[in-house]
Amino acid sequence: MGSAEEDYNFVFKVVLIGESGVGKTNLLSRFTRNEFNHDSRTTIGVEFSTRTILVGDAVVKAQIWDTAGLERYRAITSAYYRGAVGALVVFDITKHQTYDVVDRWLKELYDHAEASIVVMLVGNKTDLVQAREVPMEEAKMFADNNGLLFVETSALDSTNVEQAFETILKEIFHKVQKQKQRSSQSNTVSLASESLESAAAAQPEKRPCCIAL
Amino acid sequence: MAAESGRQFWKRSAKLPGSFIKDRSKANALPMKSKKASSFHEFARNTSDAWDIGDDEDEDFSSSSSSLQTLNSKVAKATAAQVLENHSKLRAKPERAQSALSDMPTNCKVIKSSSEAQLSRTSEEACVRNPLQKQQSLPLRPVIPLVARISDQNASGAPPMTVREKTRLEKFRQLLSSHNTDLDELRKCSWPGVPREVRPVTWRLLSGYLPANMERRKLTLQRKREEYFGFIQQYYDSRNEEHHQDTYRQIFERILFIWAIRHPASGYVQGINDLVTPFFVVFLSEYVEEDVENFDVTNLSQDVLRSIEADSFWCMSKLLDGIQDNYTFAQPGIQKKVKALEELVSRIDEQVHNHFRKYEVEYLQFAFRWMNNLLMRELPLRCTIRLWDTYQSEPEGFSHFHLYVCAAFLIKWRKEILDEEDFQGLLMLLQNLPTIHWGNEEIGLLLAEAYRLKYMFADAPNHYRR
Repeated sequence: MGSAEEDYNFVFKVVLIGESGVGKTNLLSRFTRNEFNHDSRTTIGVEFSTRTILVGDAVVKAQIWDTAGLERYRAITSAYYRGAVGALVVFDITKHQTYDVVDRWLKELYDHAEASIVVMLVGNKTDLVQAREVPMEEAKMFADNNGLLFVETSALDSTNVEQAFETILKEIFHKVQKQKQRSSQSNTVSLASESLESAAAAQPEKRPCCIAL
Repeated sequence: MAAESGRQFWKRSAKLPGSFIKDRSKANALPMKSKKASSFHEFARNTSDAWDIGDDEDEDFSSSSSSLQTLNSKVAKATAAQVLENHSKLRAKPERAQSALSDMPTNCKVIKSSSEAQLSRTSEEACVRNPLQKQQSLPLRPVIPLVARISDQNASGAPPMTVREKTRLEKFRQLLSSHNTDLDELRKCSWPGVPREVRPVTWRLLSGYLPANMERRKLTLQRKREEYFGFIQQYYDSRNEEHHQDTYRQIFERILFIWAIRHPASGYVQGINDLVTPFFVVFLSEYVEEDVENFDVTNLSQDVLRSIEADSFWCMSKLLDGIQDNYTFAQPGIQKKVKALEELVSRIDEQVHNHFRKYEVEYLQFAFRWMNNLLMRELPLRCTIRLWDTYQSEPEGFSHFHLYVCAAFLIKWRKEILDEEDFQGLLMLLQNLPTIHWGNEEIGLLLAEAYRLKYMFADAPNHYRR
């Protein structure tokens, strides 16, 4: 039997992107296993973790993809955007360079992912108070101007990590609900609406559906 | 392609698989460019890649320093200076205090881990403008992955050697004491595993680093080590350091930095750092009577440590020579290999293959790492070391045979795979395979299976065609 222990209504694929070293892997481990590792190794290829949370009454399984931030891996990782409904674009608040390249990451994201993907800008490493290089206001403004959610986190001391994931999953969920309403009204048969239908009625044994918005 | 050439394909001599690099770069090879390259790309264009000039090959004894000249030292210095500038900027950050770099004792505290290679954060190739920008500082805990006693035949505390083990060791000693080591025979003996005592010298011989001729060895070692120390002086300015730090991290950084700067076609790629570890640990084991895990590296003399560093550099270079296109841009070598794995698995285990298709698991999602890091992240270090005994005995072990090992490895878990009926479950399984207690026995079985597969497909190269 499969390892799908819990019942869940939805599976949301979320990708973590951003420069190498900003803390993606630790954000992931903090959220899915409540672990943080100072010596965590560089991510090779893609790594993968899940966690199930409640959004209102719905049981949502977050399927989170972590990848190496290095430019070299772009050719490999572009495939992994497929089917993603959410993205966390992470930068390191103590390294302005990692923030400068955020728009490059956004471009890549929009090149490969669905246009309706929910995007959150995450400024990580708030525990390094003295070393801040990116003012929060600046990043917040950038996020607002570009229609992105925004939060600052510390994977090290857990600040806002839960909130970050919860917020984005909630946002995705609401979008999904809206689209469900819309598609049930129309006659169009599309893969998206099919999977929405089946996702809503998902049994654990059933193949989980990645929902495309 | 005719079956004839197909057969030839497998039996050809060990040519570097990434040969397209050579062809392309030959057109651009411009040694001794006098003008200063203003960007890393220019540097890359103007610098003869060490692969092209066959620099890492131990061909000509007389031209010891000629290989140094073909690299534009000005450019290299400029690049190196840039890296070190960035590095010192990073080090000046307050977070350095957090990581307590300078306070860290340099003794080697080994952390028990299965497939952990803690020394992963090293210099990396960033974008064009910042060549080789170093990773931010991490807490410097000079750890070394554990070489477990359990499956290590002749480590202290282990049961006394069996008769068979004694015989094998004797055979090795005989081979190694001969005037001109019979490398073919050595390979044959090494395939089923090298006894711990003789691994350091055997690996040096099998990798082609140490000459078979006993008389030439001392001189060659000296020459190659000095050449490496020359690189350090040339590229890695240690004048900034208070005193020459020799923690593991420093050593690995140096090795990788110098390798990267001499191979601009790929530069440093995350994962390459893992490939230094087995050599380093094996060469270190020559001086460590007790278990490596309790060993304090500062107990070693500078000379010895530097020699180990140099030897690790050269052997790693030779290893990478055979898998160049794994690490060049877009990593075509890995793409090819993953594809080949898929095709192989589709033939040898249709059920598993279809299972993956059914749940939309793509080989790239788990096998990329298998190829990029040669299974080092899926196995305990002791297993990797045993694996490399065979890889160095097989023709193109790291590139060609590795494919069959991956296939055998995958199929080994077929029951667990087929039991998993969920995309996520499958990926999580494949990225966390339970090998933590694996040792020589499991690897031996794996290799036997891989060998069997290889011979099944040796004359049927169809599956290699894309």
